[in-house]
Amino acid sequence: MKRSAVNVAKRWCSGGMCLELSEDQMMIQDLARKFSKEIIIPAAAELDRTGAYPHELFKQAWETGLANPHIPSEYGGPGLSNLDSVIITEELAYGCTGVTTALEANGLASAPVLVAGTDEQKKNFLGRLTEEPLKAAYCVTEPGAGSDVQGLKTKAVRKGDEWVVSGSKMWITNGGVANWFFVLANSDEGFVGFVVDADSPGITVGRKEINMGQKCSDTRGITFDEVVIPNSQVLGKPGQGFKVAMKAFDKTRPPVAMGAVGLARRAYEEAVAYSKERKTFGKAICENQAISFMLADMLMGIDAGRFLVYRAALEADAGRPNTHFASMAKCFCADHANKVAADAVQIFGGNGFNSEYPVEKLMRDAKIYQIYEGTSQIQRMIISRWLLSQDY
Amino acid sequence: VGVKHTVDYNIKVKVKDGKVAKDVKHSMNPFCEIATEAAMKLKEAGVVTEIVAVTIGNAKAAESLTKAMAMGADRSVHVVGEQAEIDGLETLQVAKVFAKLHEELQGDIYFMGKQAIDDDQCHVPQMVSALLNIPQGTFAAGLKVADDKSSIEVTREVDDGSQTLSMKLPAVVSCDLRLNTPRFATLPNIMKAKKKPIDKKKLSEMGIDLTPRVEVVECAQPVERQGGGKVADVD
Repeated sequence: MKRSAVNVAKRWCSGGMCLELSEDQMMIQDLARKFSKEIIIPAAAELDRTGAYPHELFKQAWETGLANPHIPSEYGGPGLSNLDSVIITEELAYGCTGVTTALEANGLASAPVLVAGTDEQKKNFLGRLTEEPLKAAYCVTEPGAGSDVQGLKTKAVRKGDEWVVSGSKMWITNGGVANWFFVLANSDEGFVGFVVDADSPGITVGRKEINMGQKCSDTRGITFDEVVIPNSQVLGKPGQGFKVAMKAFDKTRPPVAMGAVGLARRAYEEAVAYSKERKTFGKAICENQAISFMLADMLMGIDAGRFLVYRAALEADAGRPNTHFASMAKCFCADHANKVAADAVQIFGGNGFNSEYPVEKLMRDAKIYQIYEGTSQIQRMIISRWLLSQDY
Repeated sequence: VGVKHTVDYNIKVKVKDGKVAKDVKHSMNPFCEIATEAAMKLKEAGVVTEIVAVTIGNAKAAESLTKAMAMGADRSVHVVGEQAEIDGLETLQVAKVFAKLHEELQGDIYFMGKQAIDDDQCHVPQMVSALLNIPQGTFAAGLKVADDKSSIEVTREVDDGSQTLSMKLPAVVSCDLRLNTPRFATLPNIMKAKKKPIDKKKLSEMGIDLTPRVEVVECAQPVERQGGGKVADVD
């Protein structure tokens, strides 16, 4: 991470702002783009149809070095900066956001460990992810508490050297395939964040939920019934759990936002290609301003969103607090991706509504971006709170 | 392994003022990727001990060397030329460079792509073979090195099927599409590749006669495809 902060400083400070990717980043982007085109895209439609978890793709991404980009090299990971990681995410999401989410869930679960874990904990839990293509999950949301994290009901009771945790979690991505979970629970000492093995007695994994989009991603309810967790698996101190869970988002919102950018770019490129081919009223439909203006709007938002994400990532790399930047990126990109996907379907017309064409999947996949990782409404709360606290 | 840094296969090439527009995305020639993969397979089987990637091109061509090293080549040789020198380079001169490098490299097998996708000349492997007076196995779709490593069997794709030739080493092998599927250069290997050595040589200082033997008379875009027409009948 230190190395990237120095590179960031060089890029920003020498001769002012530089909007170009470095040679390394272009190589990373080329690799991810190639992987997406040759491996993810051919598999995406079938994965969407069946909802089967992309284990094989996950393994290939892992073997190619595209998984777990944020895990530092001392734990066996690629040790890439936030900026490098989001570059990968955009390319993978261009291929399929369901697959990308399955990969990104590792990032979400790992983030609290990176924020507050001891070296021991990092070696143990992050090391597992780099030694084998294992999955992890971030277990915070509950049936009664999504945006209202503070209202969660899972209880942790201290019993000597251990904690006993009970409660139910919902919408846990990678829930059915995870090797370990990050869990947030409430206790008499405040919120506590834990890492726990998925095969611990008392953990019951629910059925795979059938969702509107990103169908191959695995989302489940998880029940904790008197699950015993050793004190050595508490992240940070009891009482710090909420802060730890929220700080994780500063690192994970930029990649999620970039996923939305990747999806939007895909929808846009498909729409451009189609509008050049499709002829009605004696000409290609792109020759009509109604269509070309839609495409222009798509492109503007995609480029703008990308830079918002780069900004959020760079601030994180520089070690500065980036919360409102991350929220701005997430909110803007999610909202825009939904518009782009819906407009893409519109441009495809009747064909757009049909499963033989790629855009209806994009529209279904896009919706969740406005909901998970903090709803667009929560993001606006974060942004407005920040802006009202500033002196202008 | 000879690798060429060519116009990326995704790019639609345009002709501007009688010249092909060159400031577009470049990457390793796809057949050269296959050649690199062929060499890597032999290295992994313990048959080959060292892979040297070679390119002749401008400064940016080093990217293809990094790609080859990311795929597993141990080191590279970059014969660098100014853009004008490279633009005027003909296949005979390229072959001469390889022949000259053989004095130093003493390669046992020279792997190359069957042709480069920018000029599609398909000359260099054959010319290198002639200049060095060593055998050639072109359009390789299969290959097998003899146990005593003194010869190689190359199965070639020919117009009416395939043909297998056995030839003594050293030899030149040019690789065709069906030989293998090139591996992805993994991210850790891409990072490692940047530390592998690249030996730079100046094209102009290699003592090779670069006078052109070929004159370009005209360069034009292919005629635009006209729509088909309906005929009344087939007679």
